[in-house]
Amino acid sequence: MIAALIIVFREVFEAGLIIGIVLAVTRTVRHRNQWIGGGVLVGVLAACLVAVFAGALSNLFAGMGQELFNAAILTIAVVMLTWHNVWMARHGSELAGELRAAGQAVVDGSKSLLALAVVVGVAVLREGSEVVLFLYGVVAGSDDSALSVALGGFVGLALGALICMLTYAGLVRIPTRALFATTTVLIALLAAGMAAQAAAFLEKANWLTAMDNVVWDSGWLLSDASIPGKALHTLIGYTDQPTAMQLIVYVAILAVTFVLMRLYGAPVKVQAAAAVRG
Amino acid sequence: MFAAAALLAVSATGPANAQSATEIQLSYKDKKFDPAEITAPANTPIVIKLRNLDAKAMEFESKPLKIEKVVAGSSDATINVRAQKPGRYEFVDEYNEKVARGTLVVK
Repeated sequence: MIAALIIVFREVFEAGLIIGIVLAVTRTVRHRNQWIGGGVLVGVLAACLVAVFAGALSNLFAGMGQELFNAAILTIAVVMLTWHNVWMARHGSELAGELRAAGQAVVDGSKSLLALAVVVGVAVLREGSEVVLFLYGVVAGSDDSALSVALGGFVGLALGALICMLTYAGLVRIPTRALFATTTVLIALLAAGMAAQAAAFLEKANWLTAMDNVVWDSGWLLSDASIPGKALHTLIGYTDQPTAMQLIVYVAILAVTFVLMRLYGAPVKVQAAAAVRG
Repeated sequence: MFAAAALLAVSATGPANAQSATEIQLSYKDKKFDPAEITAPANTPIVIKLRNLDAKAMEFESKPLKIEKVVAGSSDATINVRAQKPGRYEFVDEYNEKVARGTLVVK
Protein backbone atom coordinates (compact mmCIF):
# COMPACT_ATOMS: atom_id res chain seq x y z
CA MET A 1 0.00 0.00 0.00
CA ILE A 2 2.83 2.36 0.89
CA ALA A 3 4.56 1.69 -2.44
CA ALA A 4 1.38 2.53 -4.35
CA LEU A 5 0.88 5.64 -2.24
CA ILE A 6 4.41 6.84 -3.04
CA ILE A 7 4.09 6.13 -6.77
CA VAL A 8 0.78 7.95 -7.13
CA PHE A 9 1.83 10.83 -4.91
CA ARG A 10 5.05 11.28 -6.90
CA GLU A 11 3.01 11.55 -10.09
CA VAL A 12 0.26 13.89 -8.86
CA PHE A 13 2.60 16.12 -6.87
CA GLU A 14 3.51 18.29 -9.84
CA ALA A 15 -0.06 18.66 -11.05
CA GLY A 16 -1.08 19.59 -7.48
CA LEU A 17 1.45 22.42 -7.34
CA ILE A 18 0.44 23.76 -10.74
CA ILE A 19 -3.30 23.66 -10.04
CA GLY A 20 -2.67 25.43 -6.70
CA ILE A 21 -0.83 28.23 -8.48
CA VAL A 22 -3.49 28.55 -11.17
CA LEU A 23 -6.24 28.72 -8.54
CA ALA A 24 -4.38 31.52 -6.75
CA VAL A 25 -3.75 33.39 -10.00
CA THR A 26 -7.43 33.30 -10.92
CA ARG A 27 -8.67 34.00 -7.42
CA THR A 28 -10.67 37.08 -8.37
CA VAL A 29 -11.90 35.85 -11.73
CA ARG A 30 -15.53 34.83 -12.09
CA HIS A 31 -16.46 31.30 -13.10
CA ARG A 32 -12.91 30.19 -12.54
CA ASN A 33 -13.95 26.98 -10.75
CA GLN A 34 -15.85 25.72 -13.80
CA TRP A 35 -12.86 26.40 -16.04
CA ILE A 36 -10.23 24.89 -13.76
CA GLY A 37 -12.50 21.96 -12.93
CA GLY A 38 -13.10 21.47 -16.64
CA GLY A 39 -9.34 21.51 -17.22
CA VAL A 40 -8.84 18.79 -14.59
CA LEU A 41 -11.69 16.70 -16.01
CA VAL A 42 -10.46 16.94 -19.59
CA GLY A 43 -6.94 16.18 -18.33
CA VAL A 44 -8.14 13.00 -16.58
CA LEU A 45 -10.11 11.86 -19.64
CA ALA A 46 -7.14 12.58 -21.90
CA ALA A 47 -4.87 10.70 -19.48
CA CYS A 48 -7.12 7.64 -19.76
CA LEU A 49 -7.05 7.94 -23.53
CA VAL A 50 -3.24 8.24 -23.57
CA ALA A 51 -2.99 5.25 -21.22
CA VAL A 52 -5.16 3.13 -23.52
CA PHE A 53 -3.08 4.06 -26.54
CA ALA A 54 0.29 4.10 -24.73
CA GLY A 55 1.67 1.36 -26.95
CA ALA A 56 0.59 2.98 -30.20
CA LEU A 57 1.84 6.39 -29.03
CA SER A 58 5.24 4.95 -28.16
CA ASN A 59 5.68 3.44 -31.58
CA LEU A 60 5.24 6.72 -33.41
CA PHE A 61 8.36 8.52 -34.66
CA ALA A 62 10.64 5.49 -34.49
CA GLY A 63 9.78 4.69 -30.89
CA MET A 64 10.10 8.28 -29.73
CA GLY A 65 6.35 9.08 -29.74
CA GLN A 66 6.12 9.48 -25.96
CA GLU A 67 9.02 11.91 -25.77
CA LEU A 68 7.74 14.01 -28.66
CA PHE A 69 4.20 13.97 -27.29
CA ASN A 70 5.47 15.23 -23.93
CA ALA A 71 7.57 17.91 -25.62
CA ALA A 72 4.55 19.02 -27.68
CA ILE A 73 2.10 19.31 -24.79
CA LEU A 74 4.72 21.06 -22.64
CA THR A 75 5.23 23.54 -25.46
CA ILE A 76 1.48 24.20 -25.55
CA ALA A 77 1.54 24.86 -21.80
CA VAL A 78 4.52 27.23 -22.19
CA VAL A 79 2.69 29.21 -24.89
CA MET A 80 -0.47 29.39 -22.74
CA LEU A 81 1.40 30.51 -19.62
CA THR A 82 3.37 33.14 -21.52
CA TRP A 83 0.25 34.38 -23.22
CA HIS A 84 -1.51 34.60 -19.86
CA ASN A 85 1.29 36.73 -18.41
CA VAL A 86 1.25 39.09 -21.39
CA TRP A 87 -2.53 39.32 -21.24
CA MET A 88 -2.48 40.01 -17.51
CA ALA A 89 0.11 42.76 -18.00
CA ARG A 90 -2.51 44.55 -20.09
CA HIS A 91 -5.77 43.67 -18.42
CA GLY A 92 -4.83 42.68 -14.89
CA SER A 93 -6.01 45.92 -13.34
CA GLU A 94 -9.40 45.71 -15.05
CA LEU A 95 -9.92 42.23 -13.71
CA ALA A 96 -8.87 43.09 -10.19
CA GLY A 97 -11.09 46.17 -10.03
CA GLU A 98 -14.82 46.73 -10.26
CA LEU A 99 -14.56 46.83 -14.03
CA ARG A 100 -14.33 43.07 -14.20
CA ALA A 101 -18.06 42.88 -14.79
CA ALA A 102 -17.71 45.00 -17.94
CA GLY A 103 -18.47 43.06 -21.11
CA GLN A 104 -15.13 42.97 -22.88
CA ALA A 105 -13.11 42.20 -19.78
CA VAL A 106 -15.31 39.21 -19.03
CA VAL A 107 -14.94 37.89 -22.56
CA ASP A 108 -11.17 38.38 -22.44
CA GLY A 109 -11.16 37.01 -18.93
CA SER A 110 -12.57 33.73 -20.12
CA LYS A 111 -9.95 33.64 -22.87
CA SER A 112 -7.26 33.87 -20.25
CA LEU A 113 -9.09 31.27 -18.16
CA LEU A 114 -9.15 28.98 -21.18
CA ALA A 115 -5.37 29.31 -21.45
CA LEU A 116 -4.94 28.40 -17.79
CA ALA A 117 -7.49 25.58 -18.04
CA VAL A 118 -5.35 24.16 -20.85
CA VAL A 119 -2.28 24.41 -18.59
CA VAL A 120 -4.14 22.53 -15.83
CA GLY A 121 -5.33 19.92 -18.32
CA VAL A 122 -1.79 19.38 -19.60
CA ALA A 123 -0.42 19.07 -16.05
CA VAL A 124 -3.02 16.42 -15.18
CA LEU A 125 -2.59 14.60 -18.49
CA ARG A 126 1.20 14.33 -18.26
CA GLU A 127 1.43 12.48 -14.99
CA GLY A 128 -2.13 11.16 -14.98
CA SER A 129 -1.63 8.63 -17.75
CA GLU A 130 1.09 6.94 -15.67
CA VAL A 131 -1.21 6.75 -12.66
CA VAL A 132 -3.98 5.30 -14.82
CA LEU A 133 -1.64 2.64 -16.23
CA PHE A 134 -0.34 1.76 -12.79
CA LEU A 135 -3.76 1.49 -11.16
CA TYR A 136 -5.18 -0.37 -14.14
CA GLY A 137 -2.34 -2.87 -13.93
CA VAL A 138 -3.14 -3.45 -10.27
CA VAL A 139 -6.88 -3.76 -10.76
CA ALA A 140 -6.48 -6.03 -13.80
CA GLY A 141 -4.09 -8.28 -11.90
CA SER A 142 -5.44 -11.01 -9.66
CA ASP A 143 -3.21 -10.11 -6.70
CA ASP A 144 -4.89 -10.31 -3.31
CA SER A 145 -3.23 -7.02 -2.51
CA ALA A 146 -5.19 -5.16 -5.20
CA LEU A 147 -7.50 -3.54 -2.68
CA SER A 148 -4.71 -2.29 -0.46
CA VAL A 149 -2.78 -0.99 -3.48
CA ALA A 150 -5.88 0.81 -4.76
CA LEU A 151 -6.34 2.28 -1.29
CA GLY A 152 -2.71 3.45 -1.29
CA GLY A 153 -3.28 4.98 -4.71
CA PHE A 154 -6.25 6.96 -3.50
CA VAL A 155 -4.41 8.18 -0.42
CA GLY A 156 -1.61 9.31 -2.76
CA LEU A 157 -4.18 11.14 -4.84
CA ALA A 158 -5.62 12.80 -1.73
CA LEU A 159 -2.12 13.92 -0.70
CA GLY A 160 -1.69 15.46 -4.16
CA ALA A 161 -4.93 17.38 -3.61
CA LEU A 162 -3.57 18.49 -0.23
CA ILE A 163 -0.41 19.86 -1.92
CA CYS A 164 -2.72 21.77 -4.26
CA MET A 165 -4.66 23.26 -1.35
CA LEU A 166 -1.52 24.15 0.60
CA THR A 167 -0.02 25.90 -2.44
CA TYR A 168 -3.24 27.82 -2.91
CA ALA A 169 -3.58 28.69 0.79
CA GLY A 170 0.04 29.86 0.89
CA LEU A 171 -0.29 32.07 -2.16
CA VAL A 172 -3.59 33.72 -1.23
CA ARG A 173 -2.08 34.93 2.03
CA ILE A 174 -0.06 37.32 -0.09
CA PRO A 175 -1.83 40.71 -0.28
CA THR A 176 -3.64 41.27 -3.61
CA ARG A 177 -1.27 43.99 -4.77
CA ALA A 178 1.82 41.85 -4.29
CA LEU A 179 0.03 38.72 -5.51
CA PHE A 180 -0.01 39.92 -9.10
CA ALA A 181 3.75 40.51 -9.22
CA THR A 182 4.38 37.23 -7.38
CA THR A 183 2.24 35.11 -9.67
CA THR A 184 3.66 36.83 -12.75
CA VAL A 185 7.15 35.79 -11.70
CA LEU A 186 5.93 32.31 -10.67
CA ILE A 187 4.23 31.74 -14.01
CA ALA A 188 7.21 33.02 -16.00
CA LEU A 189 9.52 30.62 -14.11
CA LEU A 190 7.00 27.78 -14.48
CA ALA A 191 6.88 28.39 -18.24
CA ALA A 192 10.68 28.59 -18.52
CA GLY A 193 11.03 25.36 -16.53
CA MET A 194 8.49 23.57 -18.72
CA ALA A 195 10.27 24.78 -21.86
CA ALA A 196 13.56 23.40 -20.52
CA GLN A 197 11.77 20.09 -19.80
CA ALA A 198 10.43 20.07 -23.36
CA ALA A 199 14.00 20.56 -24.58
CA ALA A 200 15.09 17.60 -22.41
CA PHE A 201 12.43 15.40 -24.04
CA LEU A 202 13.59 16.44 -27.50
CA GLU A 203 17.15 15.60 -26.46
CA LYS A 204 16.01 12.15 -25.29
CA ALA A 205 14.33 11.62 -28.65
CA ASN A 206 17.60 12.63 -30.38
CA TRP A 207 15.71 15.38 -32.17
CA LEU A 208 17.72 18.06 -30.45
CA THR A 209 21.40 17.22 -30.31
CA ALA A 210 23.00 20.68 -30.46
CA MET A 211 24.61 21.77 -27.21
CA ASP A 212 23.44 18.74 -25.29
CA ASN A 213 26.50 18.76 -23.03
CA VAL A 214 25.73 18.75 -19.31
CA VAL A 215 26.82 22.12 -17.91
CA TRP A 216 26.93 21.23 -14.23
CA ASP A 217 26.01 18.45 -11.83
CA SER A 218 24.52 19.70 -8.59
CA GLY A 219 23.06 16.31 -7.67
CA TRP A 220 25.34 16.19 -4.59
CA LEU A 221 23.72 19.39 -3.34
CA LEU A 222 20.09 18.82 -4.28
CA SER A 223 18.93 15.82 -6.29
CA ASP A 224 15.99 16.60 -8.53
CA ALA A 225 14.58 13.19 -7.56
CA SER A 226 14.14 14.26 -3.91
CA ILE A 227 10.88 15.90 -2.83
CA PRO A 228 12.36 19.42 -2.38
CA GLY A 229 14.24 18.96 -5.66
CA LYS A 230 11.05 17.84 -7.39
CA ALA A 231 9.14 20.85 -6.03
CA LEU A 232 11.84 23.18 -7.35
CA HIS A 233 11.85 21.22 -10.61
CA THR A 234 8.15 21.98 -11.08
CA LEU A 235 8.22 25.54 -9.80
CA ILE A 236 11.38 26.94 -11.39
CA GLY A 237 12.53 24.10 -13.64
CA TYR A 238 15.43 23.03 -11.40
CA THR A 239 17.38 20.08 -12.72
CA ASP A 240 20.65 18.81 -11.27
CA GLN A 241 22.24 18.12 -14.67
CA PRO A 242 21.07 20.77 -17.13
CA THR A 243 22.36 20.77 -20.69
CA ALA A 244 23.50 23.97 -22.37
CA MET A 245 20.43 23.83 -24.61
CA GLN A 246 18.09 23.59 -21.61
CA LEU A 247 19.70 26.66 -20.04
CA ILE A 248 19.44 28.60 -23.30
CA VAL A 249 15.76 27.71 -23.73
CA TYR A 250 15.10 28.62 -20.09
CA VAL A 251 16.67 32.06 -20.37
CA ALA A 252 15.06 32.63 -23.80
CA ILE A 253 11.55 32.04 -22.42
CA LEU A 254 12.14 34.47 -19.56
CA ALA A 255 13.48 37.05 -22.03
CA VAL A 256 10.57 36.57 -24.45
CA THR A 257 8.04 36.91 -21.60
CA PHE A 258 9.72 40.08 -20.39
CA VAL A 259 9.88 41.64 -23.84
CA LEU A 260 6.27 40.73 -24.73
CA MET A 261 4.98 42.07 -21.41
CA ARG A 262 6.85 45.30 -22.09
CA LEU A 263 5.56 45.57 -25.67
CA TYR A 264 1.93 44.67 -25.08
CA GLY A 265 1.43 45.53 -21.44
CA ALA A 266 -0.43 48.71 -20.53
CA PRO A 267 2.01 51.51 -19.57
CA VAL A 268 0.86 51.46 -15.94
CA LYS A 269 1.86 47.85 -15.69
CA VAL A 270 5.50 48.38 -16.61
CA GLN A 271 6.40 48.13 -12.94
CA ALA A 272 4.89 44.68 -12.77
CA ALA A 273 6.76 43.66 -15.90
CA ALA A 274 9.99 44.94 -14.38
CA ALA A 275 9.39 42.63 -11.45
CA VAL A 276 9.93 39.68 -13.79
CA ARG A 277 13.47 40.78 -14.36
CA GLY A 278 14.31 40.49 -10.66
CA MET B 1 7.14 30.38 -28.32
CA PHE B 2 10.86 29.95 -28.69
CA ALA B 3 10.38 26.30 -27.85
CA ALA B 4 7.67 26.05 -30.51
CA ALA B 5 10.03 27.59 -33.04
CA ALA B 6 12.77 25.22 -31.94
CA LEU B 7 10.38 22.30 -32.28
CA LEU B 8 9.58 23.33 -35.84
CA ALA B 9 13.24 23.86 -36.63
CA VAL B 10 14.27 20.41 -35.46
CA SER B 11 11.30 18.67 -37.00
CA ALA B 12 12.35 20.17 -40.32
CA THR B 13 15.79 18.60 -40.07
CA GLY B 14 14.42 15.36 -38.63
CA PRO B 15 16.06 13.11 -36.08
CA ALA B 16 19.81 13.39 -35.99
CA ASN B 17 21.85 10.24 -36.30
CA ALA B 18 22.97 8.82 -33.01
CA GLN B 19 26.66 8.50 -33.72
CA SER B 20 28.09 5.04 -33.05
CA ALA B 21 25.56 4.29 -30.32
CA THR B 22 25.86 1.04 -28.39
CA GLU B 23 22.69 -0.98 -28.78
CA ILE B 24 21.64 -3.23 -25.91
CA GLN B 25 18.79 -5.73 -25.91
CA LEU B 26 16.86 -6.01 -22.67
CA SER B 27 13.68 -7.91 -21.92
CA TYR B 28 11.22 -7.75 -19.08
CA LYS B 29 9.15 -10.70 -17.91
CA ASP B 30 7.43 -11.64 -14.64
CA LYS B 31 8.64 -8.40 -13.03
CA LYS B 32 12.27 -9.16 -13.83
CA PHE B 33 14.78 -7.62 -16.21
CA ASP B 34 16.74 -10.03 -18.33
CA PRO B 35 19.67 -9.65 -18.14
CA ALA B 36 19.59 -7.86 -14.80
CA GLU B 37 22.98 -6.35 -15.51
CA ILE B 38 23.88 -4.79 -18.84
CA THR B 39 27.19 -3.25 -19.82
CA ALA B 40 28.17 -0.49 -22.22
CA PRO B 41 31.36 1.41 -23.03
CA ALA B 42 31.86 4.85 -21.51
CA ASN B 43 31.48 8.12 -23.38
CA THR B 44 29.31 6.83 -26.21
CA PRO B 45 25.55 7.12 -26.53
CA ILE B 46 23.59 4.00 -25.59
CA VAL B 47 20.34 2.72 -27.05
CA ILE B 48 18.39 0.23 -24.94
CA LYS B 49 15.88 -1.86 -26.87
CA LEU B 50 13.45 -2.96 -24.20
CA ARG B 51 10.93 -5.69 -24.83
CA ASN B 52 8.12 -5.91 -22.27
CA LEU B 53 6.91 -9.52 -22.40
CA ASP B 54 4.42 -9.05 -19.56
CA ALA B 55 0.82 -8.27 -20.42
CA LYS B 56 0.84 -5.25 -18.11
CA ALA B 57 2.39 -1.88 -18.77
CA MET B 58 5.61 -1.04 -16.96
CA GLU B 59 7.57 2.14 -16.47
CA PHE B 60 11.29 1.98 -17.09
CA GLU B 61 12.83 4.45 -14.71
CA SER B 62 16.36 5.37 -13.82
CA LYS B 63 16.98 8.33 -11.57
CA PRO B 64 20.75 8.49 -12.19
CA LEU B 65 20.18 8.28 -15.95
CA LYS B 66 17.18 10.65 -15.84
CA ILE B 67 14.93 8.30 -17.76
CA GLU B 68 11.23 7.66 -17.32
CA LYS B 69 9.47 5.76 -20.01
CA VAL B 70 6.15 3.95 -20.01
CA VAL B 71 6.19 0.68 -21.94
CA ALA B 72 2.80 -0.79 -22.75
CA GLY B 73 2.12 -4.49 -22.11
CA SER B 74 3.56 -6.90 -24.69
CA SER B 75 5.38 -4.22 -26.62
CA ASP B 76 8.82 -2.85 -27.41
CA ALA B 77 10.43 0.46 -26.56
CA THR B 78 13.56 2.30 -27.58
CA ILE B 79 15.36 4.21 -24.86
CA ASN B 80 18.11 6.68 -25.72
CA VAL B 81 20.76 7.17 -23.06
CA ARG B 82 23.29 9.94 -23.43
CA ALA B 83 27.02 9.12 -23.21
CA GLN B 84 27.92 8.29 -19.61
CA LYS B 85 30.99 8.29 -17.43
CA PRO B 86 32.13 4.90 -16.07
CA GLY B 87 29.98 3.76 -13.18
CA ARG B 88 26.97 1.73 -12.12
CA TYR B 89 23.55 3.11 -12.97
CA GLU B 90 20.49 1.47 -11.48
CA PHE B 91 17.14 1.20 -13.20
CA VAL B 92 13.77 -0.16 -12.06
CA ASP B 93 10.23 -0.76 -13.18
CA GLU B 94 8.64 2.03 -11.20
CA TYR B 95 5.43 0.04 -10.84
CA ASN B 96 7.30 -2.83 -9.15
CA GLU B 97 10.25 -1.01 -7.71
CA LYS B 98 11.08 -3.56 -5.01
CA VAL B 99 11.53 -6.60 -7.22
CA ALA B 100 12.10 -5.30 -10.73
CA ARG B 101 15.61 -3.88 -10.63
CA GLY B 102 18.57 -3.85 -12.96
CA THR B 103 21.91 -2.13 -13.43
CA LEU B 104 23.69 -0.55 -16.35
CA VAL B 105 27.43 -0.88 -15.90
CA VAL B 106 29.41 1.64 -17.92
CA LYS B 107 33.09 0.79 -18.31
